[in-house]
This record gives sequence, C-alpha cells and structure tokens, in this order.
Amino acid sequence: MKVLVPVKRVLDYNVKPRVKADGTGVDLANVKMSMNPFDEIAVEEAIRLKDKGVTEIVVVSIGEQKSQETLRTALAMGADRAILVVSEDRVEPLGVAKLLKAIVDEEKPDLVILGKQAIDDDNNQTGQMLAGLLGVGQATFASKVELASDSVTVTREVDGGSETETLKLPAIVTVDLRLNEPRYASLPNIMKAKSKPMAQKTPADFGVDVSPRLTTLKVVEPAKRSAGVKVADVDELVAKLKTMGVSK
Amino acid sequence: MKTLVWVEHDGATVKDATLAVVTAAAQLGEVHLLVAGQGVDAVAAEAAKIAGVGKVHVADDAAYAHALAENVAPLIVQLMGDHDAFLAPATTNGKNIAPRVAALLDVMQISDILSVESEDTFTRPIYAGNAIATVQSKDAKKVITVRGTAFAKAATQGGTGTIEAVATTGDLGVSTYVGSEIAKSERPELTSAKIIVSGGRALGSGDKFHELIDPLADKLGAGVGASRAAVDAGYAPNDYQVGQTGKIVAPEVYVAVGISGAIQHLAGMKDSKTIIAINKDEDAPIFQVADIGLVGDLFKILPELTGKL
Repeated sequence: MKVLVPVKRVLDYNVKPRVKADGTGVDLANVKMSMNPFDEIAVEEAIRLKDKGVTEIVVVSIGEQKSQETLRTALAMGADRAILVVSEDRVEPLGVAKLLKAIVDEEKPDLVILGKQAIDDDNNQTGQMLAGLLGVGQATFASKVELASDSVTVTREVDGGSETETLKLPAIVTVDLRLNEPRYASLPNIMKAKSKPMAQKTPADFGVDVSPRLTTLKVVEPAKRSAGVKVADVDELVAKLKTMGVSK
Repeated sequence: MKTLVWVEHDGATVKDATLAVVTAAAQLGEVHLLVAGQGVDAVAAEAAKIAGVGKVHVADDAAYAHALAENVAPLIVQLMGDHDAFLAPATTNGKNIAPRVAALLDVMQISDILSVESEDTFTRPIYAGNAIATVQSKDAKKVITVRGTAFAKAATQGGTGTIEAVATTGDLGVSTYVGSEIAKSERPELTSAKIIVSGGRALGSGDKFHELIDPLADKLGAGVGASRAAVDAGYAPNDYQVGQTGKIVAPEVYVAVGISGAIQHLAGMKDSKTIIAINKDEDAPIFQVADIGLVGDLFKILPELTGKL
C-alpha cells in the first residue's frame, strides 16, 4: 500500500512574523523556515502505518528550490522518496490541489495524508480541494486513523467533540494536532536521507495552470491593543469587574 | 449578487455561527439559505424567519443527515448555477465542506474573512492573526468562509423567507458516518459566550482545573476554555482549546488564568473586548495584550476571586 504525504515549507512557528513596511506581505528574508507542523504529524502518521500494510511513503512539496530541505527532513523521518514541484511563485491551495491530483493520477497512492492547514496562509483548504477534484472521500481534522485493506476509519475533531467516519480507499485524510507526536530524525537517518531519491518537476510537466486567482492588495499589522493596567490584588480586580458590569 | 449560505444546524435548530454569515452575505447582495439534512422542516421554518433572508432551499435526504462533505458539496454545486457566491461559517463543518465546493466549481476559496470590502475584495487573517491581508478574487463565483466573531449576528425574527424544496443529489458512496461523541455541557458554547474563563498548564492537573476554573466560570455565567498546553496535558477536552488551531473567540471578557500567551493562543482570543490575565510571571507575554493584569499565585487568587464575586 502506498501513501502520499504533501509537505510545505513555512516560517517556523516560533518566529513572530514581521509585516513588511510597504504592505506587500510578511518578511521572509533571513528568517528560520521549517516544515509546517501539521505536515510533520502527517509524515509521522504515514510512518506509523508502515506496520499496518503501508509499503511506500512518497513525500511531495510544491514551492521554491529550498523546499528540498523540507523534503529531506521528511525522508530523514522515514519517507522513502520525494517529489519536488518547483515554482518560485507562490501557488495557491487550488493550484496545489490540481498538481497533487496530477501526481495522484500518476502515483496511484491508496491514501493521501495532509496537514489540516499551513500556519502561514491559515487556509485549511488543500486536502478538501484534492478530495473534491479526485471525487474520493475526505476525513479532515483527524485525531485517530485506523487503516484496513480497503477502507480507513478516522476519528475527527469537530466543534463540541469528535466524530468517526469510514472512507473507501483511495481517500484523503487531513491531520489535527493531537494525532501523534512526530519523531526527530536521528543523525544516521539524516545522512541516509541524502541518498534517497528526489525527483524534480515543474507545474508545466503536469500541464497544470497554477496562476493565482486571488490578488493580495495589501498586508497590514492587526490593530494594536492599548496598554492595560495591572491591579494589585483580588479586591481591586473584583471592583474593576463590578464597574464593567461583569459581576453584580 | 445572489448569495447562498449553508445553514449549520444540529437537526433541530439553526446554530449561531450561521447568523453572522447571513450578515456577511447581506453585504454582498440577496441572501438565500440552504438547509440540508434529514427531517429538517423545523430548521427550515426557523431559517426562514432570520431577518433579511429571501429564499430557503431545503434538501431533505438521508445522504445529508451528518453533513458529510462528499454528499453536501455536489448539492451546493447544483445550486450555484443560480448564485454568485457561496458562504459558510468557518466552523469545523464549514471548513470541511466549503473547499470541496470551491474545487468542484474551479474557484479559489477565501477562508475565514473578517470583513467584506466590496463584491470581490475581503480581509482575512494570516500567520496566526499576526497579519491581515486584503485579497481580491478574480473568480466569477466566490466561495467564502466567514469568521463568526467578526460579524454581528442577524436577528432570528422578522424574516419572511420562502421555503423551496431542492432535488437530492444522492449519496456519493465513498464515506460513511459511524458515530460521534459530543461533550454535554450546561455552560454557554465557547464561540458564542459573552464571558470566557480559560485555564492553562499552570493549573497543574485536571482536578485543579475543574476545582478552580469551573466555580469561577459558574459565578460569571461564563464558558470554559483552555490553552493548548492544558489540553495536551489532559486537563481539559480538545474542543476547549482556544487558539490558531482551536476555536477563535471574541467575548466581552476573556479571563486567562495561568496562560503564558504564546502567539498561537493569542490568535484565538486577542479580539476579545476586555482581556484579564492572572499569572505569576509578570513577564508573561499575555500581559502585553491584557487590559487588566494581576500578578500572583492562581491557587490563592482564584478561590479568593470566586468567593468575592
């Protein structure tokens, strides 16, 4: 059984984003970039499914040449081979989903596992779009994945609790935070990953038009909150709450 | 423009998040609703009364009973022949369904909008709310999810919508609903609560969380939230989580107890009207966004505070 895992290179989640003064976007020059945290969870899950009948894990990234680093990280964690679709321009989720569909048509994986959202654009779209384009089942926000020979049963985190669905394979799963704890790549595995195969493609190879549908007119910082006050003790806090009408 | 709004419901009543979406949709044009589900006459009748609603499309079929995206998306696509925009709340259900609709229509979705600037231009948060982008769509049809806390809720009375049945698109046959575990709570729902008391890792245990947070929340009639650290440690259930990857809330008052204020947490609550922070570390980042801060030991402060309210 083959699993495909798309991964994205994003601004490291610990870095506080700085909005560029000219309002064109967030400054990504000379800042630490990493694999999107949800994608690490997706890679980890694919690896854990190896003792449940998964025989090959293919990782894919779409983006600039530097996304090679992200793919090498996934290979060091335990993926078998990688595909990089090079695009120096930003590709929107719709374009990514179309490229992934083309790769799925070629590779014929039984399962595609994605992160539920990328922490840069916060879109939460790609997995659902891919499932729609392929006409297959989707289980988003997975907190538990049970793989059988022709189906996958997924517990999903939904508002108010959890929900369980069974999908026929092939299927698309997007993962939530609490699915697993991703492993760190060991030094020997990082060395081994360097010799694992990585194919390079372009959107044109797949005949997919990835021109953006949305134009970003400007990017600004959110409104700043005005400075607050510190109260000395509980009595002062209670008094404040009373003036606010929060308590009688 | 004619807009179609997907109505989120629990089989009996319309959920609050939909009301904010109606407000956003009304800024684009004529508002039509879609109520899909099984045995949803009561929901449709309630939806028709929402102020500003024109037509209410009702799709009553077992295939729509659990809002499976695989079955609901083709139904929406069928209706989009007559509509220019599709809007859904940015709840887990809305986020699950809308992108599938967008892909089937070959348009790019605009996620989690904060405002409608014009028919094709919207603002939305990126990078965990650390930046606000204004985006313009070139697509002929718009697919949009709406942040519930960014729009006022439409009135639930006064509307005179007409109810119209829609032909079913059937079951795609690729997914099956197995079951769900929805936590029962007497407290107000987190995303619509006026006051929220939220606990972090500093509470130390699940027992302490309930022992200290619950009575304060009850005194204030508040909803209860938690930071990711508190949820990961098992002090509170997953759906309590406030933040970039949990729920986005904007109550009148948000009380953060023992929460340091990581950017991922702030993403979920920094639009609250008043933020109150209780933390023993006076350098905790939460104090940079708090309107009222109290530095001290929460194990002493909380019982005292609850007692004095």
